[in-house]
Amino acid sequence: MSLLELEHLELRHGLLEAVRDFSLSIAQGETIALVGANGAGKTTLLRAIAGAHRPSSGTITYDGAEVTRVAAFRRVQMGIALVPEGRRLFPGLTVEENLLVAAQPKRSGRWTVESVIEAFPMLARLRHQRASTLSGGEQQATAIGRALISNPRLLLLDEVSLGLSPRAVDDVYASLATIIQEGATILLVEQDLSRATDVAHRVVCMLEGRLVLEGASGSFTREQITDAYFGLRQAPGVDA
Amino acid sequence: MTWVNAVVQGIMLGGFYALIACGLSLMFGLMRIINLAHGDLAVLGAYLTYLLLEHWNTSPFLAILPVIPVMLLIGYVLQRVLLERSLRSGLLVPLLTTFGLSIVIQNLLDQGFSVDDRSLGAQAGSIATSSWQITSQLSIPAIGVLTLGLAIVIYGGLQIFLSKTRSGRQMRATAADPDTAELVGINSRAVYARATAIAVAIAAIGGVFLAIRSSFSPYTGPTYLIFAFEAVVIGGLGSSLWATLAGGIVLGIAQTIGGQINTEYPVLAGHIVFLAVLLTPRGGLLNLRRSTA
Repeated sequence: MSLLELEHLELRHGLLEAVRDFSLSIAQGETIALVGANGAGKTTLLRAIAGAHRPSSGTITYDGAEVTRVAAFRRVQMGIALVPEGRRLFPGLTVEENLLVAAQPKRSGRWTVESVIEAFPMLARLRHQRASTLSGGEQQATAIGRALISNPRLLLLDEVSLGLSPRAVDDVYASLATIIQEGATILLVEQDLSRATDVAHRVVCMLEGRLVLEGASGSFTREQITDAYFGLRQAPGVDA
Repeated sequence: MTWVNAVVQGIMLGGFYALIACGLSLMFGLMRIINLAHGDLAVLGAYLTYLLLEHWNTSPFLAILPVIPVMLLIGYVLQRVLLERSLRSGLLVPLLTTFGLSIVIQNLLDQGFSVDDRSLGAQAGSIATSSWQITSQLSIPAIGVLTLGLAIVIYGGLQIFLSKTRSGRQMRATAADPDTAELVGINSRAVYARATAIAVAIAAIGGVFLAIRSSFSPYTGPTYLIFAFEAVVIGGLGSSLWATLAGGIVLGIAQTIGGQINTEYPVLAGHIVFLAVLLTPRGGLLNLRRSTA
């Protein structure tokens, strides 16, 4: 059974159509990489799934129930967590407080403040420091931890490697690999194509708000994906 | 020695202003609402206590206790029914809404209690009038010490609430970034309603101290709104709560020193300090501009 079902989703920023007629189904335990150029609508799509952007039409079904009009904070309680683009930590709160504030009393599970710090050991000595004093990689680890601590069934990751050193990206992806192995369902937006295809079971490419390429990550050549990415020619697997 | 006396009196007066300003600062820091009805809500608290004292022969310090939960409820409903809707329409609408609310409260109090000046000083007993004579020129009034002490307890308690409790952390997170707060599972509307409830209840406590120190009428609110607003701005708009306590004390000292120079100057001296702070680069007005950008 699919955990998340998007049907004919239409998302707008005023007059601008950011996402058009977008349908996608994500199975329990699957990791999907969402790729596409800047402005393709990836972030808007993730925010809509998290509940921060209300669709102008179409439906979002999560775990068998329609959640299209459910508030963002309730979706967290239902098990959807987003690591937003640019991390968006609460700057005046310490690392520990950033984690605590996101913990959901009704969603117990593997993730607690202690287990997050175990998974990201660099956070141990930063625990009582304000988030505004952290480096990019440390902030990203905190942001991922802040999403994990709600023990989500669906984890949405928006550009987790943006602005990080290659070393920090390695660390972040090493932690992600563990989380994926444990059976989490993940939808991740990633600019780095090889990173994306390495961790994901399936790749979905967006162009100007539409889905232009979709399939198992091993089934395309790099050229096929980049062509779809820039819209150079009609990609295989999608009817005209 | 008269100057020392002016400063000491100013610190205690500042404690009183800080007590009135606390809720105003909390609401502005969290929601960027300047609640123009704040002074009237304080006066409403004083009237509710006054009403209780007509049927219950006790001290206002005891009569305030049942008023606090009533004011918490009023604040909660006020946020849920009125302010929440106005917040969705930008910064100007909450300002107009609270301005209207201020007029409504004043007129309702006028209808219910007439425009007569009242005071709770008599019911407060000896604490309202007694003082410790330190030297011939320095005496410390008991009510001043009590007000300042209570202000420190309330600010300290609020600080502990904000840093140690789940609800308090949610408030700080929502104040920093309401959009992201929702994305980590915080119901920002519930957070706002809780904060307004606390702000209104503390305003009522301030209102009762106002009623003990001096007289009050249905139209007293705006005068104290100005002093509270000045305390918040001098402390630095939207910065920490302790800054507001400090701002209140600076305002209090400015007023008593102004009064020492000339008995007609206290309020003017307060306004001058307020305007001077507005003109400095870190002044409150600049903070306000940045937050609206």
